[in-house]
Amino acid sequence: MIQLPCPWCGPRNVTEFRYAGERTPRPDPGTATPRQWRAYLYLRRNPCGVVEENWYHTAGCRRFFTLHRDTASNAVKETR
Amino acid sequence: MNRLPERLGEVIDRGTTLSFSWNGQEFSAFAGDTVVSALAAAGQRVFSRSFKYHRPRGLLTASFHDPGCMVQIGDEPNVRGAHRLVTDSMVVTSQNTWPSLRFDVRGANRLVGRFLAPGFYYKTFIRPQRLWPTYERVLRQFVHAGEISPDTRVEHRSTRFAHPDVLVAGGGPAGMAAAVAAARAGARVLLVEEEHQLGGHLRYVGSPAELAELRTEVTASGVEVLTDSVVLGRYDQNWLAVLQRGSGERLIKARARVLIVACGLIERPYVFAGNDLPGVMLSTAVRRLINLYAVKPGERAVVLTANSDGDAAVRDLLDAGVEVAEVVDARSGGDILRAHGRRGLRTVELPGGRRIEADLLVTATGWTAPTALLNQAGDVPVYSAAAARFLPGGKASEDVLAVGGLAGDGTLDELRAHAGAVGAEAARRAATHRYRQLTRTPTAVAGRAPVGGPIEIPDLPVHEHPALFRAKSHGMVDFSEDVSSSDIHLAVREGYDSAELAKRYTTATMGPLQGKLEMVNAIAMVAEATGRSVAETGTTTWRPMYAPVTLGALAGRTVQPVRRSPMHAWHQANGAVPLVAGQWIRPDHYGDPAAEVRAVRTAVGIIDVTPIGKLDLRGPDVPKLLNLLYVNKWSKLAVGRVRYGVMCAEDGVVLDDGVTGRLGPDHYLMSTTSSGAAAVWEWIENWLQTERPEWNVHVTPVTTSYASVNVAGPRSAELIGRLAEGVDLTDFEYMNVRTARLAGVDGCVLWRIGFTGEPSYELHVPAGYGLHVWETLLAHGEDLGVRPFGVEAQRILRLEKGHLIVGQDTDGLTRAFSAGLDRLVKLDKDDFVGKPELLWQHDQGAQTRLVGLQPVNGQIVPPEASQLVAADTTRIVGRVTSSRMSPTLGRSICLAQVEAALAGPDTEVTVLLPDGRRIPARVTEHLAHVDPHGARLHTAGTPGTFRQHPPPVARSPIRTAAHAVGGSPNAALTLADHSALAKVVVRAPHAKAMAASLGVPFGRAARAADGTLVIGAGPGEWLVLGPADSGDGLLKQLRRQAEEVGGFVSVVDLTHGRAMLRLTGDRAADVLASVCAIDLDSDFTPNGAALRTSVATLVTDLVRDDQQGVPSYLLHCERSSGQSLWDAVLDAGAEHGIEISGEPTPSPEE
Ligand SMILES: [Zn+2]
Repeated sequence: MIQLPCPWCGPRNVTEFRYAGERTPRPDPGTATPRQWRAYLYLRRNPCGVVEENWYHTAGCRRFFTLHRDTASNAVKETR
Repeated sequence: MNRLPERLGEVIDRGTTLSFSWNGQEFSAFAGDTVVSALAAAGQRVFSRSFKYHRPRGLLTASFHDPGCMVQIGDEPNVRGAHRLVTDSMVVTSQNTWPSLRFDVRGANRLVGRFLAPGFYYKTFIRPQRLWPTYERVLRQFVHAGEISPDTRVEHRSTRFAHPDVLVAGGGPAGMAAAVAAARAGARVLLVEEEHQLGGHLRYVGSPAELAELRTEVTASGVEVLTDSVVLGRYDQNWLAVLQRGSGERLIKARARVLIVACGLIERPYVFAGNDLPGVMLSTAVRRLINLYAVKPGERAVVLTANSDGDAAVRDLLDAGVEVAEVVDARSGGDILRAHGRRGLRTVELPGGRRIEADLLVTATGWTAPTALLNQAGDVPVYSAAAARFLPGGKASEDVLAVGGLAGDGTLDELRAHAGAVGAEAARRAATHRYRQLTRTPTAVAGRAPVGGPIEIPDLPVHEHPALFRAKSHGMVDFSEDVSSSDIHLAVREGYDSAELAKRYTTATMGPLQGKLEMVNAIAMVAEATGRSVAETGTTTWRPMYAPVTLGALAGRTVQPVRRSPMHAWHQANGAVPLVAGQWIRPDHYGDPAAEVRAVRTAVGIIDVTPIGKLDLRGPDVPKLLNLLYVNKWSKLAVGRVRYGVMCAEDGVVLDDGVTGRLGPDHYLMSTTSSGAAAVWEWIENWLQTERPEWNVHVTPVTTSYASVNVAGPRSAELIGRLAEGVDLTDFEYMNVRTARLAGVDGCVLWRIGFTGEPSYELHVPAGYGLHVWETLLAHGEDLGVRPFGVEAQRILRLEKGHLIVGQDTDGLTRAFSAGLDRLVKLDKDDFVGKPELLWQHDQGAQTRLVGLQPVNGQIVPPEASQLVAADTTRIVGRVTSSRMSPTLGRSICLAQVEAALAGPDTEVTVLLPDGRRIPARVTEHLAHVDPHGARLHTAGTPGTFRQHPPPVARSPIRTAAHAVGGSPNAALTLADHSALAKVVVRAPHAKAMAASLGVPFGRAARAADGTLVIGAGPGEWLVLGPADSGDGLLKQLRRQAEEVGGFVSVVDLTHGRAMLRLTGDRAADVLASVCAIDLDSDFTPNGAALRTSVATLVTDLVRDDQQGVPSYLLHCERSSGQSLWDAVLDAGAEHGIEISGEPTPSPEE
């Protein structure tokens, strides 16, 4: 089990967190085409390498935060 | 008897004699004997039959990993008999030897061995498939395992979380030296040794002085030592699974900053015909037998030696009085050809045909490096042809280091010096890592940064060793799977010409030993058969687990937290049939759901709806939030008004529904579905934190701060009037909300809403008073015919009324218009979650629709999920989502999802029942089957007049009494229920004015001048604790403080919403270490630390609040889980002698 560096709580076991997915900016709902909107809903890069992703510290500070994690090594670029 | 006179360094205690039975015969042993050493001392030579050919097997390694020594002890199968210590009256039997160890009919397999060649199962049993059951029955007779008994007592294994700076796997001389050096450099060290004593090979090679010195150093340096324990596996970031054996297994989940692998070397068997005969042993085996257990391993020996350990074995044998008939020196080209014998070794044949009579053949032909933990750390060991073994490849991550025989050769002094340097370097790396973690942990006191550069690690020599794998005959490679060298040659000829393929095809290395003895030989055989070198052939991967582990140890204590409402005990005592919904236990019904429905329709019923999600929303921007999350409009909700809302996800699919009421100008109370409560809270936080951080809204979950009761029926107003004070019930219309005093309880919230279609009131009562109000309702409503009803009656009632249940009448694809929410969705709003998809759905028209449906034959109740099909075809056009017999209408009623074209009123559709019948059913005009226009809702009747009630009693969520076994206030370890304390949560911007005013940062707790405990519970979140019954005063004081400070601050009373316990004692941290993964060392979690984490799988706030210098922890969690938390901590504390202390508070049952 890996640990994630919560920017608030420090390193914690990953089971304390919920994965909230790759960061995908929300398009303007007033102007988005169906294609753009569905890309926001369903399409992810899923790279073998560094991904910018959101996590929620469910069993801790209950903050959402963004991590840069290498999906190949699980190495996390520390946020501070 | 083969017991020798006393040996220096023996591990048996001759003063203590134990007796045990082996296959029904009595034997004696000394304390310290293993099962097999005791039997060997008594002259026994055969301990099992082999897996496939049922060949007799004896001692080979005399260690845990001896393939022929698996036995059954009592009801415990597969015990490693050469490792397990004898206890008095132990009952030991051999496994898989029917009818007896001496005469095994299946030994006849030897004769048919050629039919059991590799791939035999694949080749023979693949067809015809219909014969598989027969094959299975026959094959099961051959299964090589013991027996488990269904009568085995249920026991739980405990778990422990550990956080060593340095964990040393292996307690031989190098491991001990590394551990001592690391500990002396200031590291917290855990030393794990598989055998029963520290010392490794030093124990049996006659070095008592060095051994004693190292053991003394280990003790003096403060290293924590676990013997009879093994590191099972290494996972990412040095997450280590350690199995502690001994009395009751314990799985230790260790997060080590640095891992030192000191597993030593395993002696490798030699491959030749007859190499599995009882009497053929490794040199380390005879030295263990002689020097640890004082057992004479045979009478007349032949020794094949290729190294100094073999030479030393010769000396030990002579010393033990064994006649050494021949020493064959492989270094000068000597070899053996084969071993002869049936039930044991009789003669050894040398090349050229000379036969030597012997009952013992000892081989010392080389070593296997058990690199498992290095492999799991990313290393790829490399084969050294000169040393004839694998060596670390140097690719392991920098938090994993190797010492001892695994890393190289050398004298004892050289190995100790190397290990000492590695230990010190490990401590240095761990200190750097620890410091980095401390600086990132808000509870911690970081101290000074460590100084000093890397420590130089001397090189270890690697000695040359002849490469010896196989004599000029074929023999066993894998002793536990009965795979021979000729099997591997055959596999290669059949095309399985790589190590990985040959392994899987022959199952070599896949048995209980997992490669420890046979891996290198198997690779060498593949190399030999393919003409490649061992280095070219490569190695196979060592995967976890390194050693066998029981499922019980892996499972640990199975914690299944349960959530209970404040009325749970009442339901139990009054015949409720429980329904588990999520973690909640709810009353499904009290015996007769139809009667419960009728009571609601004709008189009045009460239902416990505590699990309904409740979120306290505060701030000027709450209407913006509601407008964003709900599909309908929220800007103009007046104070005291309630509105129904539906939330959709961004794909337009219905997510949750509920009502939200406005309690004050900036204060709203949102309700959610029971199952959606946690998800909606997180959903809101997600939007507030990531998309709309500029909005001023504070969300506080108050689901279990309140006991919730729905009072429904034509006589509900009459009943409510008898309890309510401070509210004008005559001016309290449908879809309104008020606060009131109920049965003497202040701070209740009353809603005029209903799911049942009857006039009804939903009461939210401060949870501690839930049972008081519930019982008062029943008492005051007796003459009105009041009756409790359960979830089943509520489901019927709501179906009669046509109210959908999200997740039942909708699924993961149901967008709002398919759920019949057309009138609710306001597409003219600027934005709301899911709007674009709903806009498109609206333009294109919903493909499916939610409709009311009634079978033409009202006596047939189609099961839920029955398909709707087009007439005379099997084309699916929809499905029944809800279905019940309606007690009110006396006929079956349904809700269904159906294609839009068939959704019109009176359309006839066909329901395909699971039994194949097709029945007609008609779509109804409305979703509601009863009172479609809602006439009943508005006729609440006349409110009753107030009646006297018993004085309110606040109850704890925790029942402590059942466990109270005379706890004394002086007990060394105590657990107390502190749920009655006043608890107020303050929300304000992190590190702004209110934060300064409270004076406590996130991660810390401190006592204010007035004695309250102020806890920095989260970023921008504080919990203030005061004495029981001080809640109102505390609330007022904090609100005043907030006003003085200014800015956006929320103050919410959570007194009833949290269960709280206090665990006190010097061993308190040890108790928590079995249920909590946080490092409770005083630099990470000093006195005054506050954090939130998972305790016994429950999200729990933990505050270290020492009492007169004694470690003490306040633990609090969401109220309904309090009993589960209490039980788990009590359970974890049992082995430490925990006792209940403190004043008992009224429990849920009193
Ligand atoms: Zn956190």
